[in-house]
Amino acid sequence: MPSESGSFLKGVILGGVFCLILALLGTFSPEIQFRSDDHHHLHHHLKPLSREELQKLTVAQMSKVTQQVRVYCLIMVTPKILVHWATANETWSKHCDRSAFYSSESAKALEAIDLQEKNEWTRLRKAITHAYDSAGGIRWFFVARPTTFAIIENLKYLVLVKDSSQPFYIGHVQKSGDLEYVEYESGIVLSYEAVRRLVEVFKDESKCPERGHAIWTLSEEKQLATCLRYAGVFAENGEDEKGKELFNKKSVNTLISDSMSQNPSDVVEACCSDMAITFTGMSQSQMQVMMYGVYRLRPYGHNFHDSLTFLPPKDSDND
Amino acid sequence: MTGPSNLQSKARHVRATWSRHCNTVLFMSSEEDRGFPTVGLGTGEGREQLYRKTIRAFHYALKNHGEDADWFLKADDDTFVVVDNLRWLLANHSAGEPIYYGKRFKPYAKQGYMSGGAGYVLSKEALRRFVEGFRTKVCTHTTSVEDLAMGQCLEKMGVLAGDSRDTLHRETFHPFVPEHHLTGRFSKTFWYWNYCYYPITEGPQCCSDLAVSFHYVDPELMYVLEYYAYHLRPYGYRHRYQPPRPPALGMAAPTEKPLLATAKVTRAAAGAEKPGGAGSTQASEARSDARARTETSPPSEPSSTTLGQESQGQPARD
Repeated sequence: MPSESGSFLKGVILGGVFCLILALLGTFSPEIQFRSDDHHHLHHHLKPLSREELQKLTVAQMSKVTQQVRVYCLIMVTPKILVHWATANETWSKHCDRSAFYSSESAKALEAIDLQEKNEWTRLRKAITHAYDSAGGIRWFFVARPTTFAIIENLKYLVLVKDSSQPFYIGHVQKSGDLEYVEYESGIVLSYEAVRRLVEVFKDESKCPERGHAIWTLSEEKQLATCLRYAGVFAENGEDEKGKELFNKKSVNTLISDSMSQNPSDVVEACCSDMAITFTGMSQSQMQVMMYGVYRLRPYGHNFHDSLTFLPPKDSDND
Repeated sequence: MTGPSNLQSKARHVRATWSRHCNTVLFMSSEEDRGFPTVGLGTGEGREQLYRKTIRAFHYALKNHGEDADWFLKADDDTFVVVDNLRWLLANHSAGEPIYYGKRFKPYAKQGYMSGGAGYVLSKEALRRFVEGFRTKVCTHTTSVEDLAMGQCLEKMGVLAGDSRDTLHRETFHPFVPEHHLTGRFSKTFWYWNYCYYPITEGPQCCSDLAVSFHYVDPELMYVLEYYAYHLRPYGYRHRYQPPRPPALGMAAPTEKPLLATAKVTRAAAGAEKPGGAGSTQASEARSDARARTETSPPSEPSSTTLGQESQGQPARD
């Protein structure tokens, strides 16, 4: 009958339209996962406290915060990079509240904690576990290779009033598939809670195998991110109040050189953050120059009125 | 001090960085360039013209900007200067003192002389005496070895060679790049050992925290040093070296002492590879210099070598 086929047709059409609408709605997911230009909106941006907010803290709060913001530096070395090892030892690592050099094998020339482990991921796990066990009252951990130069005072400034009993995993964030990880090359910052959870998840061989997955090997930075993710810890990108990167995997000279090509009329302003934390890929001489440039060379008469004071380390003459 | 072929490759970066901190800056060149701008000194370029250009540059500065400043700095287009630290150095002295500062070398002059490449600064009185020396022919163009000739003229005119070291006796004017001073080990036969007026310290204590200058600085390093000095800093860090406040400043806020920098750019002599090598050309900034310049009596040609060999005064810096 015409009316029956008519209503049947209507039903089909309605159903078809309904399905189409559902299908279209399905593509409008609130999390747009794979568009690279939206990359930066996916992970969190971690910035230091602003000057105004810092000034609101009382003297008592300030002194408490200074006590708490101590950093344990884990510097992962191998005898192959002995020269950088020695340079890191003589320069920036002196500004850590505690620094430990973790090596794959012992080297006569320099002191290190010999983990006797060739596998890089396993070595990293052992180092982190060791650091966690010997942290004492230290609440922040910084992992780097000695080819990186770190300005620890600026690291402290970044995490100044962040609660270390919350999980923080900070550095320069990259994305691989749907995994967000902190790049090893420019240094990794972990709060006490993040490390505590990590050490827990190390025990789970299925989630976080000690030798890495047998079938394929992920780099240590991705292994770390995977394990941390299981523990509910996610990567955050460290930047200054203007959004400039604080963790750099290039050297100052390279970044300046890039800026000279890209922003010839405003080279220094457009280049790098005033409060940068790391630079990587510098020669040992360049690191010595950086030590002088950061901790000594300055124009007379400029006062910054910072809310905190960090004193120079004892028995040192290049800072 | 600069030259036409260095304007875009070197002088431009000086203009973009440290020279902004001077009260007045003049780019001295053999030729005028109104766009840059540079002062045209009417000389040639090259090693042989070095002292001639310096003489004319200083005459120009006194004549046209004598009242604009108390101190007059000559630097090359590959010199990096931290002008604020120069002000600190000079804060205890007045423009009426016949004195000049720089990286002090000892040979060939009783009180020594100041390295050209590392830059040197004359008080107004020192500059007046320099110009007066040429007027009275006490000083003449004896040699093209600019820094040595300056030193000898100033010595004749009773200008004192000052000690520019900081309160810990560390040098402030440096004839090489920071890397070289901080990490280099000068071989024992290197000329530098015999030239430095004060004992050389190698390693980190070579250089004052309040360094005034470095030399042989290429454009990339200019921006790097600008970043290190004026931008990158460790938050809250209390520096180990706390310089005493110059007593001349008293309790009041420090007043700015006007400083005129004659940024001289060095054009490497033909064939020479090192920028700012022994031959320094002078770049003058010629703002529209319409009025006729009264030439001082042309410097006499160098006769025989007056100071030992001319070539020895400025050894090849390498």
